Amino acid sequence: MKKRLLALTMAMIMVAGTMAACGGNTDQPADNQGAANQGGGEDPGTPDPGVEPDPGVEPAPEVELVTGGDTLTIYCWNDEFKSRVTDHYADYTAVDATHGTIGDTPVEWIITPNEGNGYQNKLDEDLLNGVGIDLFLIEADYALKYVDAEYTLPISALGIEPSEYADQYQYTKDIVTDSNGVLKGLSWQGCPCVMFYNRSIATEVLGSDDPDTVQAAVKDWDTFNETAAQMVDAGYYMTSSVADTYRVYQNNVTTPWVVDGKINIDANLEKWVEDSMAMVEAKETRTHDLWSDDWSAGFMTANNNVFCYFGPAWFINYSMTPRDDDGNPQAGTIGAIGGWGACVGPQSCYWGGTWICAASTCDNMDLVADIMRELTMNPDVMTEIVEADDDFVNNQPAMEAMAKTDYTSDILGGQNPLPLYCEGVLTLDLSNLTAYDQACNEEFQKAMKDYFDGNATYEEALERFYNAVQTKHPELTY
Amino acid sequence: MAQNMQITYDIKGENTGTIKRRRIVAYIVLAFLSLLCLFWFYLLFVNATKSHAELSLGFTAVPSTHLFTNWKQLMKMPLKVLPGLANSIFVAALSAICATYFSAMTAYAIHVYRFAGRKAIATFILAVMMIPTQVTALGFLELIRKFNMMDTFWPLIIPSVAAPATFFYMKQYLDSALPLEIVEAARIDGSGEFRTYNTIIMPIVKPAIAVQAIFTFVASWNNYFTPALILSNENRKTLPILIAQLRSMDWSHLDMGAVYVMIAFSIFPVVVVYLCLSKYIVGGIAAGSVKG
Amino acid sequence: MKSKKSKVVAFNKWGYIFLIPFVVVYSIFQLIPLFTTIYNSFFENYRSGLTVIGPTFIGIDNFGKLFSDKNIWIYFGNTMLMWIIGFLPQILISLLLGAWFSDNRLRLKASGFFKTVIYLPNLIMASAFSLLFFALLSDGGPINSILIALHLRTEPFHFFSSITASRVIVGFINFLMWFGNTTILLMAGMLGIDTSLYEAAEVDGANSRQKFFRVTLPLLRPILIYVVITSLIGGLQMFDVPQILTKGAGSPAGSTMTLIMHLNQHLYSKNLGMGGALSVVLFVLTGILSIIVFKMSGFKLEDD
Repeated sequence: MKKRLLALTMAMIMVAGTMAACGGNTDQPADNQGAANQGGGEDPGTPDPGVEPDPGVEPAPEVELVTGGDTLTIYCWNDEFKSRVTDHYADYTAVDATHGTIGDTPVEWIITPNEGNGYQNKLDEDLLNGVGIDLFLIEADYALKYVDAEYTLPISALGIEPSEYADQYQYTKDIVTDSNGVLKGLSWQGCPCVMFYNRSIATEVLGSDDPDTVQAAVKDWDTFNETAAQMVDAGYYMTSSVADTYRVYQNNVTTPWVVDGKINIDANLEKWVEDSMAMVEAKETRTHDLWSDDWSAGFMTANNNVFCYFGPAWFINYSMTPRDDDGNPQAGTIGAIGGWGACVGPQSCYWGGTWICAASTCDNMDLVADIMRELTMNPDVMTEIVEADDDFVNNQPAMEAMAKTDYTSDILGGQNPLPLYCEGVLTLDLSNLTAYDQACNEEFQKAMKDYFDGNATYEEALERFYNAVQTKHPELTY
Repeated sequence: MAQNMQITYDIKGENTGTIKRRRIVAYIVLAFLSLLCLFWFYLLFVNATKSHAELSLGFTAVPSTHLFTNWKQLMKMPLKVLPGLANSIFVAALSAICATYFSAMTAYAIHVYRFAGRKAIATFILAVMMIPTQVTALGFLELIRKFNMMDTFWPLIIPSVAAPATFFYMKQYLDSALPLEIVEAARIDGSGEFRTYNTIIMPIVKPAIAVQAIFTFVASWNNYFTPALILSNENRKTLPILIAQLRSMDWSHLDMGAVYVMIAFSIFPVVVVYLCLSKYIVGGIAAGSVKG
Repeated sequence: MKSKKSKVVAFNKWGYIFLIPFVVVYSIFQLIPLFTTIYNSFFENYRSGLTVIGPTFIGIDNFGKLFSDKNIWIYFGNTMLMWIIGFLPQILISLLLGAWFSDNRLRLKASGFFKTVIYLPNLIMASAFSLLFFALLSDGGPINSILIALHLRTEPFHFFSSITASRVIVGFINFLMWFGNTTILLMAGMLGIDTSLYEAAEVDGANSRQKFFRVTLPLLRPILIYVVITSLIGGLQMFDVPQILTKGAGSPAGSTMTLIMHLNQHLYSKNLGMGGALSVVLFVLTGILSIIVFKMSGFKLEDD
């Protein structure tokens, strides 16, 4: 049975190999070079997602801007970007909910919700069929799928020079840099995470709720785990769920999910499994899904049983502390009594963020470039966004200047978290992303939950993970 | 049920005590099932009366006071809720009409006429009922693009003309409820075939039509997958797409209270349609009897 | 009928005319995609990111790959098990209700109300149901509070981490959503039964039980066959409830993964080859099971 399976797999690989050969892999050298840049990223034998011949979109650096298209068509999944453009892009005039104008050019917003992968399904079909998309938005989890395809224009093709976006955080550029080292998207947001800890629990167990004291108790994973033992002795959970720390471990991997077409599990993820299992067994954490009622129960004073969560500014401001009708922190949440503190935590990570990309069918390149320049590079507009929308923006000097002000957060008991965000974000290195990250991250967490819950052994869970990823990405082996 | 009862017998030999006992059991079971069915509507209503922040505090069964605020919040959002309602009604109603009228017509053809290939066609339609719809979705989409029908309602309505499950049900119903003599009698009276179908047959199969109309209406009403791929113009979106859109709001705008109000709002019209059609179905045995 | 045969034949061309709308729409919107599906199952054809791989003809390799994966049988088992968990109570309760509602000696009051109410859960979307179930069954939710208050448990029961509980929840939601539907189908069938048959049975001294088994059930057979077949087909294609409830994971440990959920995983990379092969297998499987039910029930299209 095993032999036959092997033979079949071999046959599949050979077919895939032939495919790659037939696929006209003309820019193979470029691909290799890209892989070298990435520190051994993509497998040259894997069909390169960016090589389907499609004339007219050769990403040459000296491309003439295509301008004067009929309508500026924008694809997105919710209103966030639209409200940023409406509020902060001076030339935009809204006509109705999904139409507007920039100068004489009409703007149309095509909004497809994320649910059931709806947005990507719609975007994929329309990109592949050459429906005239000008600008579309992507998220980090699946960024490389679009970045590594010729349907997305390099930023340089829009006439934007690297010096113009030098102030942006490096990690936001890592995420949208394709396997050849070409930058293909820009973001106005930075979403660095810090560790939010429950001040009353810190005082009780660690003797102080001072950020430095707490940071000393969580400075690396081993110390973090020792503190977790103290927490459980005092009747608290260290984290709400194993899912809380996943992002932190995952953002600090040193190898990508896929090496030479083979699924690769980084040592830091193995450590996550090991540490998490120990924590679950010691009842220091649980296995709830993110956003489930049980996971978020620790946001409430009535429960007051979870020591820490990891997250960016939007997470503490809106998710951990939902607002009541008047926009004030909801009574009954720990945030409403200023009960949270912030420190850097064992390792840094990011969570969320939206990137702007130009489609290869873009015929309003000047407008797209101008929107990118205004929203992601203009310090005045970006400072405006910080003030109006509580966003952490993608501009290092602007944010560091803000950090030096006397800004304080009531939710964080009067602490100014901005220096922490600014500090953590610099250590982020996201050069190990692959186009398979969304599938790998989702399936790895799902499979390991079975292991933590005692429904599978580690080997069974791993097998399930490999199977699921291979079903989603038939070109991969393990 | 262990209490002593005076045992009496009616003329037909059935124990009236037993009937009473069976009636009590029936009422208890029915009451329980009804509660089980209505409970979910109560929960949705309760959640629709809560603000986003209250919902995040955890579950309680007591209604709150934010129903109207949530509704106002929903109306303030850039979602075309009322056009969405009209779109959903249009698509679901036309789908239900197409599915029932034409599939019943097909079943009638198979039931009444004897022509070459009749059995083959009937068997084939039954076989196709067994194909999962998910995998044909991509081919379907390609087809719609070729026909230039993207972002229109037609790809959501026209395919329901050929509804194998509705056909099968109609066929089964005609087998048990339509003697061929009725058709022959109509012919003797000089009625044309189309007229016979429209004026004599349709009224006879009314309960079956009502049943299938409801099923098709509800299925179309709750459909998210296909409409999400086909409809992109804000003015043409149906309610399930709008609900999904509400749930994909960014974190500073996510309002679960508005989501629940929207869910409650989109269930309300189907309940009305169902109540209208249900009188044909639940009229009861005594009122029914065989027609014709 | 035989005596009038020649006359009837003259009308039979109308059979073709009546079939036109169905057949035309059917051929365009379902037959073409169907043949494409079968055709695709012999090709390697998927997307790597946005790059289309294939189509390359690979014979029956997709099927070989499909059957070399032991999971496919587990998923089939899961699907059938969860269908049965939902369907058995559904058909039993529907028949019981049907019997009660059709029993004119039971004289149930407010039966119109009951008949109306039981279908209502079907009007709630599966996604709304899952929101409510998550709230009810969470660790801090009302069900666990009750279990703890009654001292049935000392700590919360993780419903969605238990294989049995997860399957029962899926079966239960399906039962809840569809038992009213089944009851309505059966009642609509019962409307077609001539009341004089019941009166005749009563004159012959039949009791309720006898009337139900001797009159109602046999006459209801065509509709019963319909109910079983469509429910079986619907069961084999079970998707939305477990998909939404487990976010596509079929958790815990793949115990609620159905065949169509697995198909959906293949569609993530638009894998028309493997997706097509799995669809063909599903089609054959459904066909075989349907034939068994048809044969057991003695169903046949009446002859000329």
